[in-house]
Amino acid sequence: MVYAGGVTALNEVSLRIDDGEFVAILGPSGSGKSTLLNIMGTLDRPTHGSVAIAGSEITEMSDKALSRLRGERIGFVFQQFHLIDGLTAIENVATALLYAGVRRRDRHARAREALDRVGLADRSGHVPMQMSGGERQRVAIARALVNRPALVLADEPTGALDAANGAAVLDLLTELNRAGTTIALITHDRDIAARIPRQVHLRDGRLGAA
Amino acid sequence: MTRIAPGDLIGLGLLGVRTRKARAALSAVGIAIGIATLVVVTGIPASSRLALDRQLAALGTNRLQAAPVPDRDPPAVLPAESVDMVARIAPVTVASAVADFGQTVARSDRTGAGDFNALAVLAAKDNLLRAINGRVRDGRFLDAAVERFPTVVLGSVAAQRLGFAGLDPREKAPQVYIGRQWFTVIGILDPVPLSPDLDRSVLIGWDAAGKWLRFGGHPTRIYLQTTDDQVEAVRGVLAATVDPEHPGDVLVSRPSDALGAKRAVEQTFGALFLGLAGIALLVGGIGVANTMYISVLERRREIGLRRALGANRGQVRVQFLTESIVLSVLGGAAGVLGGVLATAAYCAWQAWPLVIPGRSTAGGLTGALAIGVLAGVYPAIRAARLHPAEALASV
Repeated sequence: MVYAGGVTALNEVSLRIDDGEFVAILGPSGSGKSTLLNIMGTLDRPTHGSVAIAGSEITEMSDKALSRLRGERIGFVFQQFHLIDGLTAIENVATALLYAGVRRRDRHARAREALDRVGLADRSGHVPMQMSGGERQRVAIARALVNRPALVLADEPTGALDAANGAAVLDLLTELNRAGTTIALITHDRDIAARIPRQVHLRDGRLGAA
Repeated sequence: MTRIAPGDLIGLGLLGVRTRKARAALSAVGIAIGIATLVVVTGIPASSRLALDRQLAALGTNRLQAAPVPDRDPPAVLPAESVDMVARIAPVTVASAVADFGQTVARSDRTGAGDFNALAVLAAKDNLLRAINGRVRDGRFLDAAVERFPTVVLGSVAAQRLGFAGLDPREKAPQVYIGRQWFTVIGILDPVPLSPDLDRSVLIGWDAAGKWLRFGGHPTRIYLQTTDDQVEAVRGVLAATVDPEHPGDVLVSRPSDALGAKRAVEQTFGALFLGLAGIALLVGGIGVANTMYISVLERRREIGLRRALGANRGQVRVQFLTESIVLSVLGGAAGVLGGVLATAAYCAWQAWPLVIPGRSTAGGLTGALAIGVLAGVYPAIRAARLHPAEALASV
């Protein structure tokens, strides 16, 4: 991956994640973690090389096809949660089904189910301002799960949380992985990475073994 | 299945309005003012026109008048027999006349000549009321029987100026002084809307005026009625019938035309205010565009998130376009409501029937919709062009 101005963010990265895996991508800041996440999440396209999600090659896809792939096959969990302020927890989760054309009633039923899975069924009518950071991140995880994605990408999901909440979020992700969800977690924290079954190291845009 | 259902789209469009209510309200005010102005400037003339039409229909548009052309030297005089000649025109149903023969009226014989009360003394044919659709408020009108005595009937303003509120049959009938002669007041008229000059008159019987005041029998105003479809035909031959030798000395008029002229004036004002409404709408549209532009800048992270959740460029575009339209149409709806209320209040004050032209209301809302589209296009395109990863990373 080369950015304008000649900065090479990723170089000769080859990574394969199989169904059901839980992978930690570990690296210091500036190592290219975010770029790798954006490329894996199809939010950005590589200048060279190829990316395949669930068997589909994305480099030549149109915006429409790529957007649909994101909506149907990939779930995102961000460090800053990225919940929409004016919407309740259940509406935030249901938004992940909106662009896939799921009907409103079905969206809400599935969103309720996802909130139940992260243990927040009783918070479904709350707006983000009324929830703690840990709760917000669990809503964001429910949103990433609700379309049953092939891959969940989590970018520093515990970075904005205190130790207790961070541990709870990590426990939740581990539990979801045991239930079958494929997860790639990006972090700069070795202690977090140590709790995840497979680890890859990223340094100066290159992958190294653990 | 990448189309968003219409109900969901409205929900998306309302999101920005719901979460930033004060700003949405302020930016929609311009549109609301424009649309309200539009409704008011079309509603008020339409209401006034209906009121005028009803008034004209009640008063009658089948009436004509003939009078000598003013300011001629020597003064134009209508022939004494002209009233009978007019009555013989086939479609004329009634013809009558009054004559101003230079007399003045006073309350007593001690009032000096300089005591001017601006009231005319008119000789009147006894069928005058029928020709002008007039009514007697108090007492009776002139007829052959009472004309054997010196009697007068007063117009409504004349009665008020001379100090007679009404006639009480139990009291002695009041008298007025005209040309060294006392006349008994036997009646007072209701106001005559289409001939307000008669309100300021003291009426004496045609023959009585000749008998006591040396009136020569030349009418100064002929009133006639015909049928509605014959008005123009009668108008065409009226001058030549009144004075066959000098038809150019005769001024023919239709009293209802004077009222009709009010319309033209109102329409001129209407065009001016319509222009102002247009400017208000333009400024309102710029306000909405500005709000949308800022909204897109502020919501870059939301846009990035929606892209991550599967929204394609078209879906982001349509969300912001919908928001712009929702904002404009809400402003437009508020404007229609405000305009209708303002028009209703004005009409109630004027005692007019309320008319809200459907075309201006529909036009206003359509205009607001169009403004919403125009104002939203550029911000929506900007939103859709944002790069998903960069939008998500923005602070």
